Amino acid sequence: MYHYDEYDHALVKDRVAQFRRQVDRRISGELTEEQFRPLRLMNGLYLQLHAYMLRVAIPYGTLDSRQLRKLAYIGRRYDKGYGHFTTRQNLQYNWPKLEETPDILSELAEVEMHAIQTSGNCIRNTTSDQYAGAAADEIEDPRIWCEIVRQWSTLHPEFSFLPRKFKIAITGCEDDRAAVRVHDIGLIMKRGEGGEVGFEVIVGGGLGRTPFLGKHIRSWLPKEDLLSYLEAILRTYNMLGRRDNKYKARIKVTVHETGAEEFTRLVEEEWNEIKDSALKLPKEEMDRIAAHFKAPSFRVLDAESAEQEERAARDPAFASWIRHNTVAHKAPGYAIANISLKPVGLPPGDATSDQMDLIADLAEEFSFDDVRVTHGQNLVLPHVERSRLPELYDRLATAGLSTANVGLLSDIICCPGLDYCALANARSIPIATQLSERFADQGRLSLIGEMQIKISGCINACGHHHVGHIGILGVDRKGEEHYQIQLGGSAAEDASLGKILGRGFSADQVVDVVDQLVDVYLELREDDERFIDTFRRVGQGPFKERVYATA
Amino acid sequence: MEGIGQVVIASRLSDGLVVFVRESAATGRVDWVLQLADAEIADSDERAAVLLEMALRDAGERQSVVDAYLIDVKEESGRLCPTKYREAIRCFGPTIRTDLGEQAESSSAAEK
Repeated sequence: MYHYDEYDHALVKDRVAQFRRQVDRRISGELTEEQFRPLRLMNGLYLQLHAYMLRVAIPYGTLDSRQLRKLAYIGRRYDKGYGHFTTRQNLQYNWPKLEETPDILSELAEVEMHAIQTSGNCIRNTTSDQYAGAAADEIEDPRIWCEIVRQWSTLHPEFSFLPRKFKIAITGCEDDRAAVRVHDIGLIMKRGEGGEVGFEVIVGGGLGRTPFLGKHIRSWLPKEDLLSYLEAILRTYNMLGRRDNKYKARIKVTVHETGAEEFTRLVEEEWNEIKDSALKLPKEEMDRIAAHFKAPSFRVLDAESAEQEERAARDPAFASWIRHNTVAHKAPGYAIANISLKPVGLPPGDATSDQMDLIADLAEEFSFDDVRVTHGQNLVLPHVERSRLPELYDRLATAGLSTANVGLLSDIICCPGLDYCALANARSIPIATQLSERFADQGRLSLIGEMQIKISGCINACGHHHVGHIGILGVDRKGEEHYQIQLGGSAAEDASLGKILGRGFSADQVVDVVDQLVDVYLELREDDERFIDTFRRVGQGPFKERVYATA
Repeated sequence: MEGIGQVVIASRLSDGLVVFVRESAATGRVDWVLQLADAEIADSDERAAVLLEMALRDAGERQSVVDAYLIDVKEESGRLCPTKYREAIRCFGPTIRTDLGEQAESSSAAEK
């Protein structure tokens, strides 16, 4: 993974010292809350419903054990013993004290971490495929480019006060695990006509109150031109993006109002001016960054493992875990092991400090000191020898981390909702925990197969409900929590936006409604169709009929 | 106003925790208390306005809190409770993981 150079270290340390002085001035009254608020937000510190919330950046979701142990330590020492992994591969603490936040940031700086640009109208943490560098179907490791984007976008003076926040995602595979089509900019690594690797560029995707799938604006971009092209897009957006209305300020609206064709023309025009400037990436620099992401020294192994197969044959729970939580690795004899943070009855994405410590140990012992955070709010050990999977599984099980549900119905993406968030209109976590309890049976879960439920507690859509196979949106209806259901969304390579099923439901009806939707699917599915495939084939009709006939 | 009266709610500057206002007879200023049950209930709009004004002055002079505002409260099963569910969750803590977080420490952990 990437390690800070002297400039990175100096920048982060200076920022901590600066924020410490700003906090002192706020506490002494020298700064008013109005003056201080934008300063704390620039350092990832929000004021939520019950307390402050600190969002820590995890660049492209990659951690080593030293960093994860530090996150565990901060949770224990400065918070309440846990943290929450988010849909942008970051970590949030729910109970930090303002007066201790500079100390927390100082602790983070020790392990090359920070909270810079985790809030505000700037370029946020670039997200990526959690299987980067491990996936069997990968063209190239996207983290090299995420890191180059990180260096370019950090404290970029021209892009520190954009019309609105800006999120970039990069994937190195055709299978899209980074939701690139619902980001402000999505980059897909692909081969050009001559076989050379570059990027397909997608712009103007996003969720929130006005969801859009991104528009394809360039089929192939040479790697060396990545930064100049990004700069051209950002510049065009910075000029055209609306500052009169917060709800129309994201680039998705700019692209929509300008028209994708005209927007593309403006970007290309700007790019032609700057493509041969200092932004052109020198080969040595690309190589220098790439060297940080060199593949670990994998052992030469047989593709199959007798240990894994023997255990799976006699232990159905382990077999389920292998089937749902492990993925093919590019090196023979290795697997990518997902650690579900979606146990039955508990909030999606939360991990206690003790669990983080254990996972840090396991990363060191089993996975070349490498841990990933997924946008689906789980963790990953990307490089595990298949023969050691039984041992890994047993160790995970000791800490409640062996739930075999990755990609299944109870692997729910869920925002913090009204249990924590000051913007929320309704709670989302209790709906997720009730669903996981209703669908706790492993046999039924496996039978249903791939299913993505995504829950947001307000229209801002942090829980990605627009792109859930089943999306659930919490609203406040006449002083009661109420939930709208959408069907047919996807954030993957077959991206689509869900459609509202009909009138909403009270909190105590939602789980039953999902159960009915699942029943309809199981009755109608053909062969090994996924829920989303059946929905696309038969449409809303049969689902609507069932749900509203009995409701 | 619905319910039995109004209470001033705010976030404590130093740690962000939710606090409520009570006038201190001794100092003539306000005290900030962590439990809704210990808050002063204004039973008229006039008294509520006075409490809010004192709270805002205290926030400005002593940097005690941010975002002070009034909420309506009612009595439910012998317990003081905000009339709106959002404020109820705010007062009593997250309704999940009652083994963790502030909610675990609060004697009146959420029932809602």
